[in-house]
Amino acid sequence: MTTENFEEIISRGTPGPGDGGKTGSWRVLRPEIDLKVCIPAKTNKMACFTCWLYCPDCAVSKTIPPVIDYDYCKGCGICAEECPAGAITMVDEATPMKEEK
Amino acid sequence: MKKDILEIRWHGRGGQGAITAAKIVANAAFASGYKGAVMTPTFGTERRGAAIFTSLKIAKEKIYDLSPITTPDMIIVLDHTLLDEVNVADGLKDDGLVILNGAKSPEEYDFQGRKVAVCNVTQHAVQAGLPPGIVNSGIIGAFSKATGLVEIDVLLEAIQKEFSGKRPELNAKAAQLAYDNTAVGGSK
Amino acid sequence: MHIIDSGNVAAATGVKLSRAQVIAAYPITPQTPLTEKLSEFVESEELDAQYIPVESEHSAMAVCIAASTAGTRTFTATSANGLLYMNEQLHWAVGARLPIVMCVANRGIGAPWTVWNDQQDTIAQRDVGWIQIYANDHQQIIDSVIKAFRLAQTVSIPVMVCYDGYLLSHTYMPFDRPDQEKVDGFLPPFKAKNFLDPENPGNFNPVTLPDVRPGQDGTIKPGYIEIRHRLQMDLRASLEVYQEIDADYKKDFGRGGHPFVEEYKCDDADFVAVCIGSLSYHLRDVIDAMREDGIPIGVMGVQMYRPFPDEAIVQALGGKKHVIVFEKALSYGNQGALYADIKSALYNAADRPTIQNFILGLGGREIKTEQLLAVLREACANPGTAEDTPRWVGLKL
Repeated sequence: MTTENFEEIISRGTPGPGDGGKTGSWRVLRPEIDLKVCIPAKTNKMACFTCWLYCPDCAVSKTIPPVIDYDYCKGCGICAEECPAGAITMVDEATPMKEEK
Repeated sequence: MKKDILEIRWHGRGGQGAITAAKIVANAAFASGYKGAVMTPTFGTERRGAAIFTSLKIAKEKIYDLSPITTPDMIIVLDHTLLDEVNVADGLKDDGLVILNGAKSPEEYDFQGRKVAVCNVTQHAVQAGLPPGIVNSGIIGAFSKATGLVEIDVLLEAIQKEFSGKRPELNAKAAQLAYDNTAVGGSK
Repeated sequence: MHIIDSGNVAAATGVKLSRAQVIAAYPITPQTPLTEKLSEFVESEELDAQYIPVESEHSAMAVCIAASTAGTRTFTATSANGLLYMNEQLHWAVGARLPIVMCVANRGIGAPWTVWNDQQDTIAQRDVGWIQIYANDHQQIIDSVIKAFRLAQTVSIPVMVCYDGYLLSHTYMPFDRPDQEKVDGFLPPFKAKNFLDPENPGNFNPVTLPDVRPGQDGTIKPGYIEIRHRLQMDLRASLEVYQEIDADYKKDFGRGGHPFVEEYKCDDADFVAVCIGSLSYHLRDVIDAMREDGIPIGVMGVQMYRPFPDEAIVQALGGKKHVIVFEKALSYGNQGALYADIKSALYNAADRPTIQNFILGLGGREIKTEQLLAVLREACANPGTAEDTPRWVGLKL
């Protein structure tokens, strides 16, 4: 039988941070999680993780508490929109920078 | 074009089962050693009750030409009322044979002196216990009697197989009755 | 075991023997009895498959794409305008490298409406990237369907098995139904190379950039043009793969041996008639009649049209005196597509024949044996003087 391997060059992306490079610098708004409101953080249970599920860049970890990888988070705001507890706020990138000053 | 192909044209009405009948004969012919058995129905739309025809070619060797037949050796008419509607004998060879489901005797039909086999298939089917209007099993009995081409026993077996689950014994009985009551003679 | 049935039932039986797992199809004349038969097989549990009814051919192919991406052996069937309605999804299926098998009962394309046979529907799809196999009779339909599943899953390219509408789809003739056990031996279960897998999530065929890019795993990811180039390479390599599959089939079932072209009395012929589909068998009677008159002519049926088997074509036609290409399709505004392809293949042949093109049978116009005989007699009497313009056979106005 022909030994040539077919279907070797295809278009397939692997979900996960970094498939498109370090995209954290694209961000204008930064999601910040209020751990007093976040369901897994508050209950200490492996529950909810809506932010992890919805993040198109897989930049949120499925951990207690969830951690956002700001090297890759583009600041799209989907996590803040979807969080059932309203625990995530989009903060202007300029604000924390001013505070740091 | 090939001289060793027997061409049979079946005339019926949509829903009457001419295709099924031709298929049964094709199966029986194949079982009897004819390697070529091609059945070509009217191409296109078929409507219940409308006149249709189907072409059956039988040969000892594989048949390559699938076009509908134009100069049949034999025509089989499932419904005598078609005679007023369609020129069923169109292209029929001079020494061709007509097999007809009808109530009159062969001599009363006008096919320019060609040989005619007549059987009242409609009536015999009812005698066999089938609901009125089923003629496609019976006409096969008339075909066997008139042509001797395929043995009636082989045909009865093919009928039972095709009609399995749809009154196979009664359909076979209708074919046997038709076989026993087919009159062959010369036409006007 | 030999049975007598229609071409559509031969196709459905081939699909059943191949153990298709997902079938999605929309009925269209003259393909309808094929999908009806398959739904009967599924209903009676003779075939363990999901039959997914859809509201259009576009959806049928969309379902097939989804099912195949999930890693199942997938089948659909259509004709004419239904095939054209699928067109956008056909491109997707091949670009995504999905081994879908589809039967097409060839039918002319509207407008004006026609339900009858010609081959414009599939010939018009020649540039999509699907493999196209054409059957000449019911035996070749059932055999080709089984071989097509193995070819598709070996090369990860979808395959069309095409057969003439009505002439084959609705005509009854004897054919051998292979044993299930032997088919199982010939056609191993489908194991997808890339499929939707929760354990190994992937994003298939997203927007792919013009240029290559580094992936997060450290490898270089292809751009669009690399993916398309590989498809072309794989299609060309499919010729050799199909030859091997056909040889294996012949070993197991005793039929085949002519995967690309099927020749009849061509060895010592000066003249060769060429066409696609059942017409190549019909022409055998014409060839026999002309041979009786001492004209050295043969006929060649093209069985695989894409990828185009140019080597086999050159081997068969190189050194002949004159080639007559009959087509039930046309690249409108130019010539018959097969004619143009054959000319192109012969361009570099050392001893190339003269060649001419006839268009016939469109929209089911009956092709009479006497007509073919007259056309071929004339062509053989005046080889080399033919114009490079298709001539039409049987026009009445």
